[in-house]
Amino acid sequence: MTLAEMQFLTPDLRLASAEIFIALMACLILMFDLLVKDRKRTTTFVATQLTLVGAAVVTFATSSGEISYTFSNMYVGDLMGDLLKLLLYLTVIVVLFYSRGYILEREQMAKGEYYVLVLFATLGMMVMISANHFVTIYVGLELLSLSLYAMVAMNRDSVPATEAAMKYFVLGALASGLLLYGMSMIYGATGTLEITAIAERLYMGQADKTILVFGLVFLVSGLAFKLGVVPFHMWIPDVYHGAPTAVTLFIASAPKLAAFAMVMRLLVNGLIVLAHDWQTMLILLSVLSMAIGNIAAIAQTNLKRMLAYSAISHMGFMLLGMVTGVVGGDARFALNAYSSSMFYVITYVLTSAGTFGMILLLARAGLESDELDDFKGLNKRSPWFAGMMMMMMFSMAGIPFFVGFFAKFSVLQAVVAAGYLWLAIVAILFSLIGCFYYLRVVKLMYFDQPTNTSAIQAPLDVKILMSANGLAVALLGIFPQALMSLCAFTLLRSL
Amino acid sequence: MSGTPLLSLAIWVPILAGFVVLATGSDRNAPLARMLSLIGALAGLLVTLPLYTGFDLQTAAMQFVEFKSWIPRFNVNYHLGVDGISMPFVILNSFITVTVVLAGWQVIGNKVAQYNAGFLIMSGLLNGIFSALDGVLFYVFFEASLIPLYLIIGVWGGPNRVYAAFKFFLFTLFGSLLFLIALLYLFVTSGGSFSILDWQQMPIGLSAQTWLFLAFLVAFAVKVPMWPVHTWLPDAHVEAPTGGSIVLAAIALKLGAYGFLRFSLPIAPDASHELSGLVIGLSLIAIIYIGFVALVQDDMKKLVAYSSIAHMGFVTLGFFMFSAMGVEGALVQMISHGFVSGAMFFSIGVMYDRAHSRQIADYGGVVNTMPKFAAFFMLFAMANAGLPATSGFVGEFMVILAAVDHSFWVAFAAASTMIVGAAYTLWMYKRVVFGAVANHHVAELTDINAREFLIFVLFAVGALGMGLYPQPFTEVMHSSVNELLRHVALSKIQ
Repeated sequence: MTLAEMQFLTPDLRLASAEIFIALMACLILMFDLLVKDRKRTTTFVATQLTLVGAAVVTFATSSGEISYTFSNMYVGDLMGDLLKLLLYLTVIVVLFYSRGYILEREQMAKGEYYVLVLFATLGMMVMISANHFVTIYVGLELLSLSLYAMVAMNRDSVPATEAAMKYFVLGALASGLLLYGMSMIYGATGTLEITAIAERLYMGQADKTILVFGLVFLVSGLAFKLGVVPFHMWIPDVYHGAPTAVTLFIASAPKLAAFAMVMRLLVNGLIVLAHDWQTMLILLSVLSMAIGNIAAIAQTNLKRMLAYSAISHMGFMLLGMVTGVVGGDARFALNAYSSSMFYVITYVLTSAGTFGMILLLARAGLESDELDDFKGLNKRSPWFAGMMMMMMFSMAGIPFFVGFFAKFSVLQAVVAAGYLWLAIVAILFSLIGCFYYLRVVKLMYFDQPTNTSAIQAPLDVKILMSANGLAVALLGIFPQALMSLCAFTLLRSL
Repeated sequence: MSGTPLLSLAIWVPILAGFVVLATGSDRNAPLARMLSLIGALAGLLVTLPLYTGFDLQTAAMQFVEFKSWIPRFNVNYHLGVDGISMPFVILNSFITVTVVLAGWQVIGNKVAQYNAGFLIMSGLLNGIFSALDGVLFYVFFEASLIPLYLIIGVWGGPNRVYAAFKFFLFTLFGSLLFLIALLYLFVTSGGSFSILDWQQMPIGLSAQTWLFLAFLVAFAVKVPMWPVHTWLPDAHVEAPTGGSIVLAAIALKLGAYGFLRFSLPIAPDASHELSGLVIGLSLIAIIYIGFVALVQDDMKKLVAYSSIAHMGFVTLGFFMFSAMGVEGALVQMISHGFVSGAMFFSIGVMYDRAHSRQIADYGGVVNTMPKFAAFFMLFAMANAGLPATSGFVGEFMVILAAVDHSFWVAFAAASTMIVGAAYTLWMYKRVVFGAVANHHVAELTDINAREFLIFVLFAVGALGMGLYPQPFTEVMHSSVNELLRHVALSKIQ
């Protein structure tokens, strides 16, 4: 065997170098942490953050702008993946900063494992983002899910957390089963697990439609579980509520990016020929999510639970962009539609991270601060952070000049362009209902008297980051063009 | 002055001033916050004055146009410009902001910086609405202006403020969301333009026009407000602090009416003709029925709130006569109502600050203790009733003249309510001001101070000036109104 042939057989590791880096570093940090005596684990924390920064550098440096495959086409590197990964690192870095104070106050969480689990979960999401193969997707998804189950249960003596972990695990396993079953059906119909190859075979019309659609139903159900859209949403409120807030913050932010990538890879890259079928399913999921998410959120008294229902409705709204890509076999709206969904997800993650970060900011001395009433009179305690939270709430409600408005705007624009006027009207009526509970948070902060008048104590880095997060929500709302065209550009180069 | 971006200044000077005021922080710096707000409001007014002096009366085209690309991805532009219809409102709004800052000078002692900043920011946003020529820009200002008013009602309002703030926000948002769908529909059918001016020229079929018109109608009818979606207004007025009521009555209500002129009539002219009966009917209900509702109110603010709805009924009635007299009369009525209703709410605020009641029954004989106040209040009550020589008369009279041309019975119905209007205002005035001193609260009232006197003078100059010599107001509108009517007369169906 000549040297040239050897090289041919070696997979191009360059595309996966960021993943390899994180995997190595996670193992190293796990071992290294055994030697750390510091109860605060400052070194572990710094090492984790540096790993994420390093991964960002690697991703940025190895990004080629071309669509390229490696590991026998199991793995794809493209601009969409690179952008999502960079945003993923950023989100995780911010999440770690926000949650540091919280986990230090809880003995069972203040361990090196927390950071390692975060790194493994990040790795899982990266694999999901870059997967071009059903097995790769599944491996990434399980790596993420198993890390999350452990993180939810980490505060071991907390009954709600344990219950949430159990529910999450059982329902997550069920969802994985559904997903795998759907994948096996599609494998049966097409004879391959490779996403691009599936797309080709479907395009040639070589597959049995009945089996395909049967498989598709399970696949979409599995995806819906992971996205947390109605009727597969039951785990979301319990897990968001029961999990330690630091973990809720993590679950409510970064995995949404990966879930979006998974939808793109499976449905758009793989099954675009069946767009008509999955779009119909997604319309149903989307409308139900907006309805149940927004209406159920009104009845909540716990902010985490309220935001859980709000997350359900936001994921439903995001799906609206996905259902308008292909109209009557015409895919010319696809780029517009999918990039609007992508913009929606990214801005949602930004806002969601800020909102849960605020709950962490208010949590003091081992006590939670996640009831709605804990936000009473925040304007008296800290006008600045009340202002930040208000911007976040108005952004989620879709009021300009905050970024949430342009997220809703771009998705609705795609929906109207595709000719689904009724869908746009339905979406907008439910977001009106949604507005009510966001306004209620503003009401608590501004109109009510505080029950607790203590000033907010938080480390300076968290305060700065929180302010940056809030200002980003406003600035991106005034200048949304850059991020919008970035989404459109990366998708254009990746589809 | 041609190079100065006057409209941008009109928008951003107050908003920036608002943030500067916010930065003064806690109430320890309240005097500084007040002073800065006054400077900001005056600067905001000052930059709008060249809009009047530099205004070209001959053209109906947009003036002081600014155009910058904002979101090229959706062809959204930062496109500003005013014509004779919108320009007066920019100035009126900036003027009202000065009076609002003055009105809250001694009264507001709690979170002064936030209170004044709210009004300054809102002033900038409202100017943005009147000068936006891009659909998205308009919408963004339109919705964003809900936030400050929501907070103002909710934080500084009366006992039932939470209910009123929510009702205000959700009602208006409901209307504007359908409006957003209409904008997106126009964007798609126009082949990717958000320019209001493009939409005005674009041919649209009758059924599409009808749907668009209805979507616009919902949005603007809530804002005007027209019967039957008016119920949020009395609540909002009753609970809002005096400043909030002044802005709400003087400016916020005008947005809906302005929307009719900027969107409904020129973009859907055929549907406007087709459905004019509907709007005229709703306007007449507002004028007559709401007039009678006002008659039976016990609360002064509620009474003036209902009278605002009735007066705005004249405005929408004037628009849908499709005659220059009607539209100009309606516009005059809008500006006049800005002065008069602002002054009425301020008068009630002056009494409320002293006696902490808005109930008519709690007063009586105020003239004995507050003679100067009673004189001013008399003037504005007369203007509200539409007495000749006050601004209230000019607009209503022009609308009724136009209505006579249109249909005798419509004119008859509208004119007959001038009697009701006089009845509820003057009856309230009589019960509150005249007679013997009713109780010890009234006996302890002190007359208006210099600051309140100044505010009254400002309002009085507006109300009387417009009544005696309306020409400076009408001449700027003339070309734009004629051009609008010429445009509306042409069918857009192809």
